[in-house]
Amino acid sequence: MPAEPPLDVPTSLVEAYELLASGPRVPIAGGTDLMVRITGEIGATPQRLMDISRLEDLEGISLETGALVLGARTTYSEIRRSVLCLVHLPAMVEAAATIGAVQIQNRGTIGGNLGNASPAGDMLPVLLASDAEIVVGGSRGERTVPADAFFPAYRQTALAPDELILRIRIPLPQGRQLRFRKVGTRRAQAISKVVMCVAWRSHGAASGWSDVRVAVGSMAPTPVRATATEAALEGQRPTPEVADRASDVLADELHPIDDVRSTAVYRRTVAARILHRILRDAGGW
Amino acid sequence: MTVFRFLVNGTPAELNVPGMRRLLDVLREDLGLTGTKEGCGEGECGACSVLLDGQVVDACLVPMAQVDGRIVRTVEGLSLAARERGELDALQETFLQYGAAQCGICTPGMLMAARAYLDDGGGPNHDAIREGIAGNLCRCTGYQKIVEAIAAVASERRS
Repeated sequence: MPAEPPLDVPTSLVEAYELLASGPRVPIAGGTDLMVRITGEIGATPQRLMDISRLEDLEGISLETGALVLGARTTYSEIRRSVLCLVHLPAMVEAAATIGAVQIQNRGTIGGNLGNASPAGDMLPVLLASDAEIVVGGSRGERTVPADAFFPAYRQTALAPDELILRIRIPLPQGRQLRFRKVGTRRAQAISKVVMCVAWRSHGAASGWSDVRVAVGSMAPTPVRATATEAALEGQRPTPEVADRASDVLADELHPIDDVRSTAVYRRTVAARILHRILRDAGGW
Repeated sequence: MTVFRFLVNGTPAELNVPGMRRLLDVLREDLGLTGTKEGCGEGECGACSVLLDGQVVDACLVPMAQVDGRIVRTVEGLSLAARERGELDALQETFLQYGAAQCGICTPGMLMAARAYLDDGGGPNHDAIREGIAGNLCRCTGYQKIVEAIAAVASERRS
C-alpha cells in the first residue's frame, strides 16, 4: 500500500492559513499529481498534506471588469463546460480538453497545474500567453504574481511556504487572439513533447500585430515565453516571410533536452513547425 | 485516523481510516469490493475507474478525506435496479454480447467510464465514445468491440 501521510482538512481560508503558518504542508486538491507521489514511484512523498477541497473561496469562474477569474480549484471539466471560458478564452477550453482524459479532467485543477510546476503542464503556456496573474494568499495577506514570474526554476514556484494559490485572473484585452497546440504521443493521456500557446492583438487588416506572446512547455526547465520570437513578430502581419523568420528564431532561441518522451531535435523542429502553422492559419494562406 | 461516512452502491459505509488512504484501497481492502481493479496506480490506465457523485474518476487518485459525505458507485453497483432483479446492467449484457471483454482487467473501469459517458448524454458516435473512454486502456480487444457495444447501448436508449 502507498504511504498515508498525515492530512489536515481545513474548512475555512483562515484555518488553512493558520495551518500553513504552523509548518510545511503540501496542499492537495484533485490529487492527480500528489496521489502518484504517495506511491513512492515518482518523486519524494510529501511529509504532510492539507486538503483544500472544502475551501469554497477557491471555487468558481466569473467575469470581473475586463478579466476572467478562475478559482484555483477549478477543474479542467469545469473549464470545458464553462460558457464564460468558451466565449472569452476558447484556447483555454481547447487546452483543458487535451489534458489526460475524462477521469483526470474531472479531478485535475488549474491551481494544481501551477503548483505542480511541471515544465510540461499543459495549461501553463495558456496562462503565460494570456498575461495571467496568479493571486496567492497567506496569513500576511494577498499578493499577485504575473504568470511569467511564477516559475523561478525547475519545478519551483514563487509561492512562499505559507502561501496558497487562490485564483487566476486573466485580462481580456480588445482584439486579442489566442491559439493553442499540443503535440504528444497520442491525443489523450499524453504528456506533451511540445505544447504552445500564441497570443496577439490585431488592429485591422492593414496594421501589424501588437502584444505578441509565444509561450511554450516541455522546451525548457520551466514553462517559458520565447521573447526573441515575440520580438520577431511584434508589429508584423502573419505573412509567409514573417512565419519563416519567426519559426527560425524560435528554433534557435530554445534549448530543449533529450529525455524519455522526446529528443531536443524533435522538439525544436516541431515547435518551429507548430508556430509556422499557427501563423499560416492566422494569415489565411 | 478519521471516521468517514459515504454511500457506496446505495449502502451507507462508515470507516475509520487515514484521510490520505486511496479510495481504491478502501474499496478493495477495507470493503472487499474487488471488482475495481488496480492497474498502473498513477491515473494512466483507468482500470480503477469509479463514479464519485456521478463523475468518473480514477479511484487510485482520490484520498478518502475527499469521499466523506459523497456517493460512490463501483462496478458491483453499476445498475442497482438491475441487480435487485438479479440481472446485469444493459452495458454488461451488451459487452458480453459483442465480445467486448477478453482478459477482463480493464472491463470494470471501461464499464464505469461508459456509464458516465451515457449518463452525460453521450450518443452512438464512435469518435465521441472513443473520447469518453480515452482514459481507459485495453491491451486485448483493440477497442473496436468495446466501442461498438457502447454505441449499441446508446442507440438502444435513443430508439
